Amino acid sequence: MKLLSDDALHEVSESMESLSRKGISRRDFMKFCSGMAALLALPASLVPRIAEAVSGKKPYLVWLEFQDCAGDTEALLRATKPAVADIIFDIFSVDYHETIMAPSGRQAEKSLQDVVKNNKGEYFVVVEGSIPMNDGGVYCCIGGRSAVDIAREVCGNALATIAVGNCAAYGGIPAALPNPTGAVSIKEAVPDAAVINLPGCPVNVENLTACIVHYLTFGSLPNTDKLGRPYFAYGKRIHDNCERRAHFDAGQFVRQWGDEGHRQGWCLYEMGCKGPATFHNCPVVKYNEGTSWPVQAGHGCIGCSEPNFWDTMSPFYRRLPEVPGFGVEKTADKIGIGMVSLTTAGIAVHAVANAVKKKKSGEDKETE
Amino acid sequence: MLKRVYVWEFPVRWSHWILASSIAVMSITGYYIGNPFIPAASSNQYLMGWMRMIHLVAAAFFNCDILLRIYWAFAGNEYAGWKTFFPFSAQRLKELSGMLRFCLFLKKNPPAITGHDACSSLIYLLVYVLFIGQTITGFALFYLANPLFIWKLLGGWLFPLFSIQTVRLYHHFVMWVLIAFAIVHIYAVWVLDQARKDGSISSIFTGYKTIEEDED
Ligand code: SF4
Repeated sequence: MKLLSDDALHEVSESMESLSRKGISRRDFMKFCSGMAALLALPASLVPRIAEAVSGKKPYLVWLEFQDCAGDTEALLRATKPAVADIIFDIFSVDYHETIMAPSGRQAEKSLQDVVKNNKGEYFVVVEGSIPMNDGGVYCCIGGRSAVDIAREVCGNALATIAVGNCAAYGGIPAALPNPTGAVSIKEAVPDAAVINLPGCPVNVENLTACIVHYLTFGSLPNTDKLGRPYFAYGKRIHDNCERRAHFDAGQFVRQWGDEGHRQGWCLYEMGCKGPATFHNCPVVKYNEGTSWPVQAGHGCIGCSEPNFWDTMSPFYRRLPEVPGFGVEKTADKIGIGMVSLTTAGIAVHAVANAVKKKKSGEDKETE
Repeated sequence: MLKRVYVWEFPVRWSHWILASSIAVMSITGYYIGNPFIPAASSNQYLMGWMRMIHLVAAAFFNCDILLRIYWAFAGNEYAGWKTFFPFSAQRLKELSGMLRFCLFLKKNPPAITGHDACSSLIYLLVYVLFIGQTITGFALFYLANPLFIWKLLGGWLFPLFSIQTVRLYHHFVMWVLIAFAIVHIYAVWVLDQARKDGSISSIFTGYKTIEEDED
């Protein structure tokens, strides 16, 4: 069976040539392609198709930063193995990225405008950071234009928008209560845009790459759940793939930072791990090319890929949220036990009153 | 004249005791799941695993039992029927105020009632709402690990309407409400048993109450 057509073979080898000039071997390239197939849960038989697609023509890509911490940019730039980094930058032909681009000022804005005007409906936008809507969006302006204004134009005319990080996907930390700037996600700011969400602090670059590889290979973005997250990356719960899960089932828990259990690598559930409430492929793919991820490093999951995680997943070091209206430091258990004690006390009072009353009526009877 | 009346039919008694025992089991195991107070001695143990397993099995009993009781609210006798749980007629509201006055020692004797009095009926109605809330949130949390359509239908639809942690908090907190209810329930039955001398306590075992017959 011939896996690649002649044309494609030619293209692949041409692209390989350009890659090998950068010091990337064919082996590295194929490893990358099979890695992508595995991540997307595709059969190995599709690897040649991925290789073909990846070495073909790339769509333009612009990267917008709004109310962010540049963490996702950092994640993109911190690829430790140069070979993979080169392939990634070969896939993302990034045409505009405030943090890493060479031009600045008007020149920079012009390159963005060029992409939007000349390639309408044919370019990808990666958005990092939330968009403030209060007071006409004055809280985040770039080149004199508000974030929401830029987003409407750039995302509205794009082929697809990829929201990276929790802020772009769900509003993230800027949108946490009381949300002073009225921060919203890109989907809320530009409802018409075709958006795929890759939440997480930061986004896992593997997942971002895989989304684009999926598009290059199949001409469509991967399937998503209700929250707009692709199933291949957010379909499984952290807790169900966690390497500490055996300790959870056994009943071995870290009770204090640095205790015996912590040193033994036991489950972080009692330290407030939100793995049971979070959907992401961190335990499988891990960060920085499979080096580690929070739970492996000994810290519980804080649920950074769930909507409103800053409000709903906190306190990060406790199992359950606080009961609203009771202030800090009141856990559900304390209030519950308080309620049960009050009930018991109420009953005791009632029982005593009952006994006294009975005795009285008994005496009444006797005297009658 | 005193008469023995068959009040609680077998399905009512059966569902009462299955509910009581499954709630007890689920409260203990559920508390452990929320706060694993017994540490495991070795990795070979399966403590949390068993606790979750027992919790889920008890939940299955609980749910089937609720279904049985709801069915019996339509198929059973007048004391078990669904109408008793909606005590909003003028007569039953009067009964309710009589009960409240009895509780506050403003009235010597509780109103003479064979089945559920209006006050208890109202509380049971609320408790059933809590039961069903526990069922739905329980299925929702179960759905997180088992994303099948059936669990989605039974509870998974709560997400993303509510955050996962909110659902967890609710499910946990209602446990305490139900424990408080159980304490009140046992005390109230004891008081009424004493006041009415109708064998309320033994009736949930035997089904029979001893009722003073009207002299007419
Ligand atoms: S460390 Fe967290 S995710 Fe891992 S098993 Fe424990 S609770 Fe689950």
